Amino acid sequence: MASFNLNINGKTQQVDVDPSTPILWVLRDHLDLLGTKYGCGIAQCGSCTIHVGGMAVRSCQLPVSAVGNQEITTIEGLSENGDHPVQQAWLEHDVYQCGYCQAGQIMSASALLKSNPNPTDEEIEGSMNGNICRCGTYTRIKKAIKTAAANSENA
Amino acid sequence: MTRIKTSYNRRSFMKVSAAASGGMLIGFSWLNGCVPATSDKKTGLAVPKEWFDINGYIKIGDTGLVTIYSPNPEIGQNVKTSMPMIVAEELDVPWENVIVEQAPLNTGFYQNQFAGGSLSIRLSWNALRMAGATGRRMLMEAAAKEWGLTVADLTAKDGQILETNGERTVSYGEIASKAVGIEIPEEVELKQVKDFKLIGTSIKNVDGKKIITGEPLFGLDFKREGMKIAMIQHPPAFGMTVKDFNAEEIKKMPGVTDAFIIDTTLEEVGMFDEKGFLQLIAIVGESTWPLIQAKKAIKANWENIGELEDSSLHVERLEKALTSGKVQESRIDGNPDAAFKKAAKVIERTYSAPFIAHNTMEPMNFFANVTENAAELIGPTQTPEALEGSVAKLLNMPLENITVNMTRIGGGFGRRLYVNFGVEAAAISKKIGAPVKLIYTREDDMSQGTYRPTYRARYKAGLDENNNLIAFSVKGAGLPDGPIFPKRFPAGAVENYKAEKIGGETNVTTGAWRAPRSNFTAGAEQSFLDEVAELAGKDPIDFRLELFERAINNPVGEEHDYEAERYAGVLKMVKEKSNWGEKIPGVHRGVAAYFCHSTYVAEVFDMVMLHGQPKIKKVWCAVDCGIVVNKDAAKNMVEGGVIDGIGHSMYSKLTFANGAVSEMNFDRYQLIRHSQVPEEIEVFFVENEIAPTGLGEPGLPPAIGALANAMYKATGQRYYHQPFATERQVIG
Ligand code: FES
Ligand code: FES
Repeated sequence: MASFNLNINGKTQQVDVDPSTPILWVLRDHLDLLGTKYGCGIAQCGSCTIHVGGMAVRSCQLPVSAVGNQEITTIEGLSENGDHPVQQAWLEHDVYQCGYCQAGQIMSASALLKSNPNPTDEEIEGSMNGNICRCGTYTRIKKAIKTAAANSENA
Repeated sequence: MTRIKTSYNRRSFMKVSAAASGGMLIGFSWLNGCVPATSDKKTGLAVPKEWFDINGYIKIGDTGLVTIYSPNPEIGQNVKTSMPMIVAEELDVPWENVIVEQAPLNTGFYQNQFAGGSLSIRLSWNALRMAGATGRRMLMEAAAKEWGLTVADLTAKDGQILETNGERTVSYGEIASKAVGIEIPEEVELKQVKDFKLIGTSIKNVDGKKIITGEPLFGLDFKREGMKIAMIQHPPAFGMTVKDFNAEEIKKMPGVTDAFIIDTTLEEVGMFDEKGFLQLIAIVGESTWPLIQAKKAIKANWENIGELEDSSLHVERLEKALTSGKVQESRIDGNPDAAFKKAAKVIERTYSAPFIAHNTMEPMNFFANVTENAAELIGPTQTPEALEGSVAKLLNMPLENITVNMTRIGGGFGRRLYVNFGVEAAAISKKIGAPVKLIYTREDDMSQGTYRPTYRARYKAGLDENNNLIAFSVKGAGLPDGPIFPKRFPAGAVENYKAEKIGGETNVTTGAWRAPRSNFTAGAEQSFLDEVAELAGKDPIDFRLELFERAINNPVGEEHDYEAERYAGVLKMVKEKSNWGEKIPGVHRGVAAYFCHSTYVAEVFDMVMLHGQPKIKKVWCAVDCGIVVNKDAAKNMVEGGVIDGIGHSMYSKLTFANGAVSEMNFDRYQLIRHSQVPEEIEVFFVENEIAPTGLGEPGLPPAIGALANAMYKATGQRYYHQPFATERQVIG
């Protein structure tokens, strides 16, 4: 066990856990931030995607000891009230079916648009390919990303 | 309006009204205070001080806010929005005033509280309409009494009751308290389809905001004060069981509080009970990561209790079943053998598909709190009633002492019809005497499944010298059950017809997987018909329409399962919408149509070659599912079905070596990803006034046939064996 001070969603949070614990389980089990989902545990499905220093990262593969004081953002901290352009676009397209993968999809999409505000179809596919949606909402996700890109541009 | 007797539900409504206020629906709350019942809409209505139970589906607050209970499990098929829409339509209340809550299992009141067979809407259509209409009627009676009028003098609409020839109005919220206890009407009037205001529109998912902001909604997110976490380890192979393991060592590991073997054997085994791994190692602790570590340190003695099967053995058994297996079900019309003999052309083809796993995105999990006299179960299940029954058997406890609540469910596809994970959670909770949440890792989930059976089928067709289809036969084998529906198309459309369903042995546990049997048969049959049409020199749509003409005008045999007019209807619709027949350079097209779960779907795939590989440009779908309740959500379901059909037939397979599953996670088990899906999917619905049928499954089966047929046009190669792209990525 070791103590870690984490910078999550703009707040410093202290946890006492084994240093090998992936951030995914720190969030879910110790901090009650349950929006970040477990899907595979081996960086293959993207359900657990969060932002670390603004970049999309699979939290199931990131041990708490490796984070230091980098800024972590989870789905709960992406916006004040669900009003990030990506979240709004998801609402507009009513993207989800079961909804389980969508926090991860939204975190990947928002990181993509941050680094590439106007991605082509190929660029969207390239950076979203690590996020599985078992329900098959892919075509809606792509549309929503384009809507979010357009809305951010106009904003 | 249609008058309809409510007697069917009268007794249960009474029971509900008689229950102490709020006594009927218990529900559950989330530890961190995020109660899923809170409205996320800007209704403009204040939060009520008092709520009034009208009937078991409807609760009205003094401010006019209406809570509608959604009875069935929500697995992503969107019933949590569409079922309450039906109630709200008949109650005649603006959707902005509606809050939706998930109802708990209540077998005494709701009927058919399960998610399976695309049946939720189909089976509850009348009950939901009646619930809304009864509520409206009771509110009107209360207002009539207040004003000294009769119900005939009043009109109810948009959450208001108006005096038809007068000035007075009263809102549902104002009159609700007076409607409590009003006798349930003997008869209620239902709206006419043409008067629907809500049904047929597009209403957004009621959990949308919670999904995009990451609020706890799913079973895996559920927490309770004092709750432990548990994980299981099942034997490494089908045909094995656990003898003992290093329990003392495991118990000493950090974060582990207990470790033991549970036995979930039930005296009577039901359809949805576990048949494979009944004895399991369970490890209990306070949090998840230490348990994942402890699982890796398990050293167990496993014992062989059955054959350890290989995938090659499965293929052999299927082939053997096709040549000499026991026929489970069959149909013969005319004299197929004689007809084949005199046919001018005969074609025979064999199709196959592997075992596949469900792989819901949310792995199996369940919360259980078993005390001496009661058991509380909370989590993701498609069959709460079956779970209740199995837990009652396990604990030897009366059904009344068991409650089941449903969380939102991160995918079903049939896996959560089976209740083993809930039963296992109950066994663990009983053993430790504390509330517990059991969590499967992805590896547990993929290797302890109720898989889609593996199938192999032989199709044969005979044409006469004028290229008319005079004989058709199919023999389909599966482990353990064959994939054939003997009474489905082309039964009824061919003079000489034979269909045989054949089973074979396996100890791999199998079950319903989205569109059971159809998920293989549609692909095989529809690609076969494509080849037959080609052999006959006919357009594939015209060829099918010719067969439907026969089934309409002069059906063969005693009965068949489908309505040929509606079947032909979706084909004609997709033909028109897709401009079938128009040649676009570089675009290769395939078509398929299928009927299952009472719904008719036809699909056209447009494929192009991109960098030497086929890519699906566009998919056109024509669907006849009767009345469409929630239009955009219905489209979402069909889109998902199409993508699921493409994904699993192209990429997915589960193989076995020495009884063990070889693909344990998404590194080896391939699921379809963003770059592999069609660029566009367009869905059209046939408009009619037929009571709605299901949509959770029917979009999937024809996608496989249309895909295989379009790939043939694009590559010149026919695809017979799933997954079509075993070695390399063919699409994308
Ligand atoms: S859970 Fe981390 S990528 Fe799947
Ligand atoms: S919406 Fe169910 S997995 Fe994506």
